[in-house]
Amino acid sequence: MSVLVYLIPAALLFGLASLAAFLWALKSGQYEDLDGAGERILIDSERLAASGNGDPKHS
Amino acid sequence: MSCCAPGAESGTEAGFLSPDELRHAARSLGNGIAQIELSVPAVHCGACIHSVEQGLSRLEGVVSARVNLSTRRVSVRFREDAPPPLTETLTALGYPPHLFDEAAVDKDRSLSELLRGVAVSGFAAGNIMLLSVSVWSGADGATRDLFHWVSALIALPVLAFAGGIFYRSAWQALRHGRMNMDVPIAIGVTLAYAMSLYETTQHGDHAYFDAVASLLFFLLIGRTLDHVMRDKARSAVQGLARLAPRGAIMVAPDGGREYRQLGEIEPGNRLLIAAGERIPVDARVDGGTSDLDTSLVNGESRPQHVSPGSVVRAGTLNLTGPLTLEAIARADDSFLAEMMRMMEAAEGGRTRYRRIADRAAALYAPVVHLAAFATFLGWMAVDGDWHKAVTIGIAVLIITCPCALGLAVPIVQVVAARRLFERGVMVRDGSAMERLTEIDTIVFDKTGTLTLGRPRLVNIASVAPDMLAVAAALGAHSRHPLSQAIARSASGQAAFHNFDAVTEIPGFGMEGKAGPSVWRLGRAGWALGQDKDPSVSSQSGTLLTRDGRECARFEFEDVLRPGAARAIQALQRSGKSVHMLSGDTEAACDDVAKTLGIRQYAAALLPSEKVARIADMAKDGHKALMVGDGLNDAPALSAAHVSMAPATAADIGRNAADFVFLREGLEAVPLAIDVSERAGKLIRQNIGLAIVYNIIAIPIAILGHVTPLVAAIAMSCSSLLVIGNALRLLRAGEGISVARPAAAPAMGHYSEGGAR
Repeated sequence: MSVLVYLIPAALLFGLASLAAFLWALKSGQYEDLDGAGERILIDSERLAASGNGDPKHS
Repeated sequence: MSCCAPGAESGTEAGFLSPDELRHAARSLGNGIAQIELSVPAVHCGACIHSVEQGLSRLEGVVSARVNLSTRRVSVRFREDAPPPLTETLTALGYPPHLFDEAAVDKDRSLSELLRGVAVSGFAAGNIMLLSVSVWSGADGATRDLFHWVSALIALPVLAFAGGIFYRSAWQALRHGRMNMDVPIAIGVTLAYAMSLYETTQHGDHAYFDAVASLLFFLLIGRTLDHVMRDKARSAVQGLARLAPRGAIMVAPDGGREYRQLGEIEPGNRLLIAAGERIPVDARVDGGTSDLDTSLVNGESRPQHVSPGSVVRAGTLNLTGPLTLEAIARADDSFLAEMMRMMEAAEGGRTRYRRIADRAAALYAPVVHLAAFATFLGWMAVDGDWHKAVTIGIAVLIITCPCALGLAVPIVQVVAARRLFERGVMVRDGSAMERLTEIDTIVFDKTGTLTLGRPRLVNIASVAPDMLAVAAALGAHSRHPLSQAIARSASGQAAFHNFDAVTEIPGFGMEGKAGPSVWRLGRAGWALGQDKDPSVSSQSGTLLTRDGRECARFEFEDVLRPGAARAIQALQRSGKSVHMLSGDTEAACDDVAKTLGIRQYAAALLPSEKVARIADMAKDGHKALMVGDGLNDAPALSAAHVSMAPATAADIGRNAADFVFLREGLEAVPLAIDVSERAGKLIRQNIGLAIVYNIIAIPIAILGHVTPLVAAIAMSCSSLLVIGNALRLLRAGEGISVARPAAAPAMGHYSEGGAR
């Protein structure tokens, strides 16, 4: 059973990492425009770059 | 212009934001950069995002522009020293922007709190379940204790983060002496955690940490969905906000002109109002003549002629000529503010109404708590082992935790709101749908609700085509609704006529000079060259004249809202009584009522009389749905049991309404009632399912057979059952069509009173 000493922390660590990733995404505003995110992939990337911003925080 | 440029209707009344207003509305970010949020309701696809962002970024002084498609907003950062022409650019692109209140810009705190709670409890529920499955499949001794301890550790932040939402709401309810769903949830979750912790320290077999975490996880999902739905409706309503006047150009005594904010306008100030602007405060006309569109203010469909000395009300739209006004009231004492006060006084059904879930909780919580307590006493009496008695008593609480109830009601309402949203109806909150199922009377306003408040030329056939073309060429130069109606109806024919000069005589009509002859389109008396004062004019109606001789006479009707007749029939068939209350004239109301088959109507009502009528209905035990759009309807909207407004309604009316419908058709009314009734039925079914579940589960729990494994299975099954039942609503309401009929029928005569 000594393998549990590694496995439980490993499992929790993975869970915590994904939780942290979600909270980060939430905080940086990536969930603020779900409809827009779906549409933006259809815009050519060069043209988007030309519009001068791809900063998700700015909303 | 993008591929999907918006329809004409969104742009016609927006008006421009002056650089002053822009600067007032923007907030400074430091470094000489300011940010402004503009609502652009016309944005609706990827190409729109692209053209708006591109168009704005190209402007001098713009640092960045970012569109939010979900909220239909664009936020622009620009250098403060050089405010760019944002409004002009956006309007030219086909996306007329609107300002909205600073308060609405504030980021929604509670949504991100809910999402954080969902994330934390989801993480914890997953990991604890992993450990619990190991325990259930046979881990024992030190391993089991270790797993329980780890679970207890993971569940702690869940109680703090996710549980906090329920604790606060439960405390709010208890402090006001009420009972809501969150009280049994908070008690159950806390006791389950405390008991499990005690078991863990005593090396016990059973711990319910998984139940605590997954219960909170499921309940928070329901709550988050509920919140997102309301948020979406709210931001869509705000996005529609028409540009209300925020100030006006004031003429100082020394002749200088300056921009004044609405709150700083004092009685006696002289204001300049250009054609196309709304009047900011109650005022008296000092100079100039014009026509005012008062339909939002008093329901009158005909533009009102004003000349020096006339008193004008805040909120009316100046159509044709520039006016100089002398303010006679502050913004707080104006008509708009008076309506707001009446609305507050009239707060009707919604404040007294208690949600179904809360009523259920008020019955449910005492029963469950008594059952748990009785179980505890019973086991104490039977074998006197207090540890076992407490364990079983708490197991009863856990198994009856109102997961199904807490989830059942919001999920049905979210699905129903989504259905309505797809058909262009926005719902303010779930209680609106519950209240809508109770109504037996429907009260309609006329102008702007049953009709579109938009005139249509009806006697095209009897007007010579060349005369119509002349009239259309003249009318195209004016904002006046009747002129525009003439221009629209002749749009198929080439406007061949060339005038040397066309001038608008505000309040009277259009005058065009072509060579030696003078054409006039407008008020009969003026067009015939009689006295300029409309009150002594013997003639009424709208004429086209050439050198004072009549060439054509035009008659207009107000266009009925598409689907109005069908909607009214559907409502009457379903046994509800339909009334019409209007501020317009008796003749205009009679026409509309006859065409639509409305038997009970009242004309020429003041806002307070509308409220009184609704209060009378309430006194007789009727529950009324009020459908209206004007400022004058706003108090009645809030007095009614439940209310509905078209998207074109005045701001405060729309904010008072429980439902807002975005499309033109009036079928939205029966559709909303139909979907709400289906939702109500499903809610009752779900509550029934929850009761059946408890009837089965409680005896098992009382007998002490509920282990954490049994609890997990039972609760998941009941939750899935109610969710599945709620999703059946996705197929509901497909019977009613909201398609626009090809030709809109028309009603309501415009021309009688002498408007041109």
